[in-house]
Amino acid sequence: MTEPLLKIENLRIELALRSGQAPVIDDLSLELNAGETLSFVGESGCGKSMTALAIMGLLPEKVGSIAQGRILFQGNDMAQMNSSQLRAIRGNEISMIFQEPMTSLNPVYTVGEQIAEVLRRHKGMNKRDAWKRAIELLDAVRIPNAKARISDYPHQMSGGQRQRVMIAIALACSPKILIADEPTTALDVTVQAQIFDLLRDLGRETGTAIILITHDMGAVAEMADRMVVMYAGRKAEYGPVAPVISHPRHPYTKGLISCVPHLLAELTEERPDLTEVPGIVPSLDSFGVDACLFASRCYLADDKCRSKRPPEIVFGDQSSACWKADQI
Amino acid sequence: MAIFMTILQRLLYAALLLIAVLVLNFTMMNLAPGDIADTIAASMGGADAEMMEQIRAEYGLDQPFPVQLLAYVSRVLSFDLGYSYFYNAPVTTLIFEKLPATLLLVLVAQSLALVVGVLLGVFSARHPNGIANYFVTLIALFGYAAPVFWTGILLLIAFSLKIPLFPVAGMSDITVDGNFFVKAVDVAHHMVLPVITLGSIFLALYSRLSRASMLEVLGSDYVRTAKAKGLSQREIVLKHALKNALPPVVTLAGLQFSAVISGAVLVETVFSWPGLGQLALTSILARDTPTILGILFFSALVVIIGNLLTDLVLRAIDPRVRGRA
Amino acid sequence: MTQIDDIPAKARSPFSEASEMFRRNHAAVAGLVVLLLIVAVAIIGPMVYPGDPFDMVWVPFTPPGEEGYLMGTDYLGRDLLSLLIHGAKVSLTIGVSAAVVTVSIGITVGALAGFYRGWVEELLMRLTEFFQVLPTLLFSMVIVSLFGASLFMITLAIGLVSWPAVARITRAEFMRIRELEYVTAARAGGVKNGKLIFSVILPNALPPIIVQAALMVGSAILFEAGLSFLGLTDPNVASWGQIIGSNREYILDASYAVTVPGVAIFITVLAISLVGDGLNDALNPKLRQR
Repeated sequence: MTEPLLKIENLRIELALRSGQAPVIDDLSLELNAGETLSFVGESGCGKSMTALAIMGLLPEKVGSIAQGRILFQGNDMAQMNSSQLRAIRGNEISMIFQEPMTSLNPVYTVGEQIAEVLRRHKGMNKRDAWKRAIELLDAVRIPNAKARISDYPHQMSGGQRQRVMIAIALACSPKILIADEPTTALDVTVQAQIFDLLRDLGRETGTAIILITHDMGAVAEMADRMVVMYAGRKAEYGPVAPVISHPRHPYTKGLISCVPHLLAELTEERPDLTEVPGIVPSLDSFGVDACLFASRCYLADDKCRSKRPPEIVFGDQSSACWKADQI
Repeated sequence: MAIFMTILQRLLYAALLLIAVLVLNFTMMNLAPGDIADTIAASMGGADAEMMEQIRAEYGLDQPFPVQLLAYVSRVLSFDLGYSYFYNAPVTTLIFEKLPATLLLVLVAQSLALVVGVLLGVFSARHPNGIANYFVTLIALFGYAAPVFWTGILLLIAFSLKIPLFPVAGMSDITVDGNFFVKAVDVAHHMVLPVITLGSIFLALYSRLSRASMLEVLGSDYVRTAKAKGLSQREIVLKHALKNALPPVVTLAGLQFSAVISGAVLVETVFSWPGLGQLALTSILARDTPTILGILFFSALVVIIGNLLTDLVLRAIDPRVRGRA
Repeated sequence: MTQIDDIPAKARSPFSEASEMFRRNHAAVAGLVVLLLIVAVAIIGPMVYPGDPFDMVWVPFTPPGEEGYLMGTDYLGRDLLSLLIHGAKVSLTIGVSAAVVTVSIGITVGALAGFYRGWVEELLMRLTEFFQVLPTLLFSMVIVSLFGASLFMITLAIGLVSWPAVARITRAEFMRIRELEYVTAARAGGVKNGKLIFSVILPNALPPIIVQAALMVGSAILFEAGLSFLGLTDPNVASWGQIIGSNREYILDASYAVTVPGVAIFITVLAISLVGDGLNDALNPKLRQR
């Protein structure tokens, strides 16, 4: 097997709180191969975005830091890189789009300038070539009349169009990895589908690997090859999308899936009850404890779950961090 | 062109504001006890009732108030501000003699405060625990709480009297002769203390607001995007953040023109700077109505022009303002 | 990361919460203490240290500490300490009453402009802009010189040129609050406009106005000092700015006569602005959530 494009090993990210250091990401390991789409799933506050920011080297200054572990991009540890090495990768080999297209573009520059800027920065293009390429990119993200719209300011565009511009910026330098952090959450439902289509098509055309962070299980089923289910900063379940959805090995995954009825209706014969996962994600203070953090919300939990952190149990390609994995 | 229509609209509105200022000032002067005839009589060393009547008739003071007002406004609109009997000169001449000194002081102090304030603000926002941050906090407190004339006197005592680095008073030294450059250096030398004094109040305002605005912008989503693009710190701060942090500061600076003129009156008095402020003080104390009205009119004009310029600058910085009518 | 603060806060009265926020700001507490001291001096001082401050008591230009005069004497041989104590009363009185005038005009204009739309708003905002164009100090100098340099006229003049800032803040708050659900509910319940303005919206709009009002007291003290420095003040009443103005010509002989009253103004205004900052912390709900 060839070396994966991105390999995260035992990553631990700590956040400075008033009460001390809390591990927002605790012992996370995963791999991303070239061209594949990996999805991060989980409720908000589970550390999905933190992982993305850590890969980008953009953890909030003085608040978040990598305490342990390695982030190997093409074999080089990004956790050890200095800022200029990271800057050469950011926006060039790994790029990112965000949840809030309305505010993620700089309001005082034209979208053309904001696309051309990365090309000048990373590809050493001159002003004219970068501008020409920016028009092509705007066209590629399916904004009609790109030549005229290139001189628009963000406020002259709709949310969906702005997210397309963000995608154009992210793909400008043909990166190896594109991280999409809830790219459609802030958009209308009809636009959401268009953006996902665009991402999938462009990903295929360019061979860019995509890390899709979302809580939309439908999008995961449609877009991703493999998925990571995160809960309270820990990996709950990991594996190829189809088996994980058809046979989740973690009660949290199961809960997430049952929140989306049509998904199961398509994949399985049974007509499941529409349930929700009761309770909320525990507070950051308790993230470090030696126990299953999902225990308080789990219908299977017993004393063992509440007193010892479960190890990863492997089922073929799939793995689950649950003491009761074999019972599910 | 939409932009010309907006500018035209603004100019029209500014003109209306100015006329309103004229009406208010003139009305106020008329409400006050005494009139020009009294001033003239006083400057002549007294006059009898008959002479007073004569003077009043000559200046149209016997006319009903609306007629006088209309006459005054139409005179001003044809650039005639009247004649000062106290100074024995046309008011326009008096003002144009003093205006350059005040404009020089005001503009230099205002621009320096703005530039230094923004630099300080940016720097202290970038280094929250750095020395610049304490400096901004200190200067913000001092600049707000210290009476500007007192700051001026302290500087005067320290740097003109105790350590004679700068001249005590005036705008230039008559013994200095030479080419334009030599004279300019002389004026600049005289200007140092007045500019620091006047600028300190506004430096306090601008550095504090720049810091707050910069901190907010640095935490924004588009700055995160800029970081994700792999741009350097320099590009992020100076290109992406600064241009977004400026509008509130520029808006505030635009609102300060009236305050800058007020400050200039005090600073000019402390440093005997031969500007409009001095002229204003003497003419107010002497009840020289035409001159007072003229100065009020010109100060309002300066404020209005300042506001228009602020609008233009904001338009240049922020495309969202351009879109609005 | 929304889960950081999921510990339920104890239910407490808004006042005790605000006062705790205020107490947490040590600079503000220090400012308050200093301010209370100055107020005490202004009230009790003239009783403890009687006598007309305008009386010539000793040789002019006696330096501080000599001949039993703690602050020395000025160019007319007047006791500076006595002048300072009497000046405190004048400065504080004018500061507070000018702030009251400013806030009253500002709230009225701002509330009406923010509550009503259409021509009322248009007219009042144009009026506000008009007053912002007037050169504040020059205009009040003219008022004071024309209509007499009494304390009343000075207060009025300061209030007349300072209100636009308060009006703008009040209007912004009113525009924000009038769209909130409880106002709509009150309106739907048939509450009359007058009551809506004064008992529904105004109490909720007050926090930023209170902060602004506190700062206005400081600005008014500075403004009065400026006017009296220029000689546009009641010549029969001692005020800090006036002491500086009248001794200005003699800075070579008696720099203390200029610096000391300035320090008094500086400390008073500084204390007020620190208290203003503290009030801002205490009353600004946005900050409180942090």
